[in-house]
Amino acid sequence: MAADAGKLEFGAKAHVALNDPKLRANFRRAMDGLMAKRTIQFADEAEWTSLRARGAMVRANALARLPELLEQLEANCLKNGIQVHWAETTQEANAIVLGILEAAGAKTVIKGKSMVTEEMHLNAHLEKHGITPVESDLGEYIIQLAGEAPSHIVMPCIHKNKAEIAELFHDKIADQPYTENVDELTAAARKALRGAFAGADAGISGVNFAVAETGTLVLIENEGNGRLSTTLPPLHIAVTGIEKVLEKLDDVPPLLSLLPRSATGQPITTYVNMISSPRKDGEKDGPKAVHLVLLDNGRSRVHGDSELRDTLRCIRCAACMNHCPVYTRVGGHTYTFTYPGPIGKLLTPQIEGLDCAGDQPHASTLCRACADVCPVQIPIPDLLVRLRTEAVRPTSPDAVKGAGSSATTGETLGWKGWTLLYGSPLLYRIGTRMLGWFGNLMPSSAPMLKQWTSVRTKPKFAPKSLHELAREKGFCDE
Amino acid sequence: MPKPTRPESVYFFGTCLIDLFYPEAGLAGMELLKRQGVKVVFPPKQTCCGQPARNNGYQDEARAVARLQLDAFPGDRPIVVPSGSCAGMMKTHYPEMFEGTPDHERAVAFSKRVYELTEFLVDVLGVRLEDKGRPVTVTWHPSCHSQREAGVVEQPKALLRMLSNVTLVENPREKECCGFGGAFAVRQAEISAAMVADKVASIEDTGATQVVSGDCGCLMNITGAAEKARKGFTGRHIAEFILERCHGR
Repeated sequence: MAADAGKLEFGAKAHVALNDPKLRANFRRAMDGLMAKRTIQFADEAEWTSLRARGAMVRANALARLPELLEQLEANCLKNGIQVHWAETTQEANAIVLGILEAAGAKTVIKGKSMVTEEMHLNAHLEKHGITPVESDLGEYIIQLAGEAPSHIVMPCIHKNKAEIAELFHDKIADQPYTENVDELTAAARKALRGAFAGADAGISGVNFAVAETGTLVLIENEGNGRLSTTLPPLHIAVTGIEKVLEKLDDVPPLLSLLPRSATGQPITTYVNMISSPRKDGEKDGPKAVHLVLLDNGRSRVHGDSELRDTLRCIRCAACMNHCPVYTRVGGHTYTFTYPGPIGKLLTPQIEGLDCAGDQPHASTLCRACADVCPVQIPIPDLLVRLRTEAVRPTSPDAVKGAGSSATTGETLGWKGWTLLYGSPLLYRIGTRMLGWFGNLMPSSAPMLKQWTSVRTKPKFAPKSLHELAREKGFCDE
Repeated sequence: MPKPTRPESVYFFGTCLIDLFYPEAGLAGMELLKRQGVKVVFPPKQTCCGQPARNNGYQDEARAVARLQLDAFPGDRPIVVPSGSCAGMMKTHYPEMFEGTPDHERAVAFSKRVYELTEFLVDVLGVRLEDKGRPVTVTWHPSCHSQREAGVVEQPKALLRMLSNVTLVENPREKECCGFGGAFAVRQAEISAAMVADKVASIEDTGATQVVSGDCGCLMNITGAAEKARKGFTGRHIAEFILERCHGR
């Protein structure tokens, strides 16, 4: 019953998260901080409006020409000496990365932050084949030590507080005394990682933007670990989803501004890496070989639908999850799959299938806080409604993987009945009058009322409806 | 945008929730408009905007019920709605729902006639209010759809500030969803419960004795939870609240 596992898991995991006061406090504090920082960055409403319109346009344009831009990207990368690989599935992508590493005889890998390699579960695959990956982003390093998955796409260990990290470091890093001093903790990670950088046979990174016009891979980060991972080892493998392509270099600046301001409230990241080739003759540093692995994993299918295509505009800033009242309360791990929060609810069912993650589009009040802050104007709530629709009544059999899987006779009949009642003034009048007379006799244990009254009082049907009162007061006369 | 001209008469769309549970709020909305010298017509054929079906993925059903509203409100009178959520639905989603159908043109025209109640009172009628009530401290709860779909943010607060004996205290978390979300409250009952508990706590922290809102869905959720937890505040729809102040009750 793989189909039900995902559904049960969301509710069950949410239950656990909601009853973990420490986790709740960690997320609330962190998200409050991130929202406040972002607000300061976009205090100028007019600037925000025009910049995000530009960001949205740049991404929409790139997606409109995706196949052709990908070909151009490949051609220009090859011209620059970057080898390009195409992977339709995560299995293929894992095999490609493993193949490159094995051919180079690489045994240890230093990794920059990459959500796509999380999507592939690359680390587990490499470990299975005797290769040791070490995460070098501080947050990723922490969760790797803890044996956990990221709970946030920008700040992977945001679910942990200082004390938990102090305990983890004391437990996992040799000779590390327990300390909650942030500088000391950072220094401990730095010390452990320096050795890993120096000894790594290869570096693996993600990509923020791949520029078709020039064959440039843009990678932004704050810790310098991305630069070290992509320049120090003799081999660099960049892994990304096919949607990350941009048409031209001029398209990068608005996104370089939108992304960090939306994500962490920084005007710009500390490091902006523009990778355009391996080490050239006469150059003293840089990897001897650079590979780009382009992963599809369902993205082409998403791209094929003109409405759902907007999902792929995402630049992974995480502003949607930072502002999501649901994510803030249940945390990232509740979402089971790689991408949590509003963008996860939207992307995951499209990649994994509605039969597998069909509950996620419903884990939203459609409050539109996400749409309000999205720097590339993805209409997330409207697309969630589209997925809800595909789950019960597909617009075409293969619009979305697992379409139609949530349709039940009972629910369909329920909505048919609703339509009959609300679609006929006469039946509506009779129905509401009956509810006014007898509605309050419904016990709190009735379906739906049971969940409602667990924390709320029972709503009371008014003895006379507004229809009746309006008629009595003469408001119904033309 | 130029200020719309003051019409002689308006339609009132009562909403299905108000119809069944909060008819006094709807009646108050109509009274407020009438006091401004505007003739108010409540078409008896009206039912529901169709949002429940739309949000749950039943688009044909949503369209069928929405089409009845298109029929029920003919002509070109403004349609005033005492709910940001239903107004948002009719303003922003009707045009897209009917795209490619013979009803598209009239759905677009319909959507342009829709006003949320406080929006209409402030922007179109330019009301002035005289407060005859006793001093009271209230806080405002904007529904998500009124702020982010219907685009109504300042108007309700402007109305509350016109009332001389009303102290409006801001809830720092006012923009955050209360956790209602229609079927969400049942489908994700535990998450909804956590959200409304936080909302109730944030309202309590303001020290207000009443929370005023323009949406009865939120009010049912917030006051239901506050009542169950025996908190010291009550909730009121803004139309009812204002009308009572004007009557000195």
